[in-house]
Amino acid sequence: MIEAKDINFYYGDFHALKNISMKMDKHTVTAFIGPSGCGKSTFLRLFNRMNDLIDDTRLEGQCLIDGQNIYDKSVDVSALRKRVGMVFQKPNPFPQSIFENVAYGLRVDGVRDKQLIRNKVEESLQAAALWEEVKDKLKKSAFELSGGQQQRLCIARALAISPDIILMDEPASALDPISTSKIEDLIYNLKKDYTIVIVTHNMQQAARVSDKTGFFMLGNLVEYNDTKKIFLSPEMEETQNYITGRFG
Amino acid sequence: MKRKQIEQTIAFTIFRLLGIIVVGILFWILGFIIYQGIGVINWEFLTTSPTDGMTAGGIFPAIVGTLCLVAGSAVIAFPLGILSAIYTSEYAGNGKIVRFIRVMTNNLGAIPSIIFGLFGMALFVNTLGFGDSIIAGSLTLGLLTLPLVIRTTEEALKAIPDSFRTGSLALGASKWQTISRIILPMAFPNIITGLILSIGRISGETAPILFTVAAYFLPKLPNSIFDQVMALPYHLYVIVTSGTDLEATRPIAYGTALVLILIVLVMNLLASFLRKKLRVKDK
Repeated sequence: MIEAKDINFYYGDFHALKNISMKMDKHTVTAFIGPSGCGKSTFLRLFNRMNDLIDDTRLEGQCLIDGQNIYDKSVDVSALRKRVGMVFQKPNPFPQSIFENVAYGLRVDGVRDKQLIRNKVEESLQAAALWEEVKDKLKKSAFELSGGQQQRLCIARALAISPDIILMDEPASALDPISTSKIEDLIYNLKKDYTIVIVTHNMQQAARVSDKTGFFMLGNLVEYNDTKKIFLSPEMEETQNYITGRFG
Repeated sequence: MKRKQIEQTIAFTIFRLLGIIVVGILFWILGFIIYQGIGVINWEFLTTSPTDGMTAGGIFPAIVGTLCLVAGSAVIAFPLGILSAIYTSEYAGNGKIVRFIRVMTNNLGAIPSIIFGLFGMALFVNTLGFGDSIIAGSLTLGLLTLPLVIRTTEEALKAIPDSFRTGSLALGASKWQTISRIILPMAFPNIITGLILSIGRISGETAPILFTVAAYFLPKLPNSIFDQVMALPYHLYVIVTSGTDLEATRPIAYGTALVLILIVLVMNLLASFLRKKLRVKDK
C-alpha cells in the first residue's frame, strides 16, 4: 500500500505540491489527471525518488510504502527503485538488443544465472504482450521496433526486476491510437499482480483503466475518489469543469 | 529578376567565394608542401638517420621521437582527461566549484604553448630532475592537450539525452552502472574522435618540447623514457633556421613538413572514419 502524508514539494521557491495526502491500495490502478503543470507528474516521481535527480528541490511530509518512509535515511534508493518501477512518457529503450534491454535491470542487480535471465526476459516480454512480436529477433536492436513496441519493451524492462508498484508517466501520450489501446489493455491485465499509478492527460484513458482517480490543479489534490464517482458525480465544481472540458 | 532574388544571388555568390577561398588556402598549402617535399620522400628518407651535419640522410629518429611523444602524452592525458570529464559532467552537478573547474579548464586551454614549455622545463626537467627526456616532454604535451580532451569528452557525454540516464536509474542501476553500461558506450564514438584530434594537435606542437625533450641532433633511437629524442616539428625548425647549410637542406625541410602533415592528416581521417563506423554499429 502506498500512502502520502502532508506532502509539500518545492522547486526552488515554487511551491509545486500543496499539502497532499492520499492512499493507494494494493493491486489497483490509480490515475492522476489535471491540467499541465498541476503537479501530477511531480507527485508521481516522488514514489521512486526520481525527483532526487533534480537540483534545488525540497520535500516536506512523508511517502510511505507498506508503512516505511521511503525518504528515510536508511533507505537504499536503488533497492527502492527495484520495487517501484517506472515507465516514461517517451519510450526510452537503451541502444542495445531487445533481449539486453529487458535483461538490464537483472544484470545491474548482479544476476549472473543465464537460464534465470532468459526465463525472466521471456516472462516479462509475455507479460508486456510483446513476446509474440519479438521472439524471433531478440538479438536485434531495440531501435528497430515501432514506438508502441518500444513502449511495451520499456514496460517489459520494468517488469523484469519484479517490482510491486509500477509508475507510468503518460505512457501512451506519444503513441498512436492502436498502440495506446494495447497499452491500456496491458495496464488492465497487469493490475492483478501490480499496483499501478498512472499519470494521464487523457480523461477517457483514466476512465477506462483506473479504479481510483485523483484530480490535481495548481499543486492541490482537488478531489480523489473512485473513478466512477469522479466522472459521474464529482463533488467539487473544479473537477466537474475539468472533466466536462470547460477548461484545461 | 526580382530584387530579393538578386540579393539572394549576390549573398550566395559571396558566401560561395569565401568558402572557396578557405578551401583554396588549405589546398594551396598542401599542394605547395607536397610539390616541394615529395621529391625527397623515399624509403631511405623515412628509415635512416640524418647524416653529413643534417644536410643529407633521413628523418627516422624524428619520426620515432614524435610517435613516442604522442604515445606518452596520450597515456598521460587520456585517462586523466576522460575521468575528470566524467566527474564534471556526470557527478559534480552544476555548483560553484564545478563552474570554477570548467572556467579554469578553458583558461588552461588558452595558455600559449610556449608557457607550457617553460613550465614543463621548470617542473619536470629541473625540479623533478627528469632532465630533457621523453617523460618530461610527454608530461608537458599531456598537460597542454588536457583541456581539449576534457572538453571534447564533456561534449560527447552531454550529447547523450537524459532520458537514458533516468531510464537506467529507474531500473535500480547505480550512477556508475548507468555511466559505464549506457552512457560511455553511447558517447564512445565522439570521445574517440576528440582523442584522435588531440593527438593530431600534439604531434605538431613545437614550443612545449623545445625545452623539455627535443634534441638538436641525435641520430639514435631512445632506450628509455628518460632519453632525449628528436621530433618532427623541432627538426623542421632546426633545419630551416639553424642547420649547417640552409639552402642545401630546403628539400629535406619540405620533406619533413610533408611527413608531419601526413601524420596529422591520417589521424584526422582515422577520426572521421571511426566516428562514422562506430555510429552505424550503434543504431
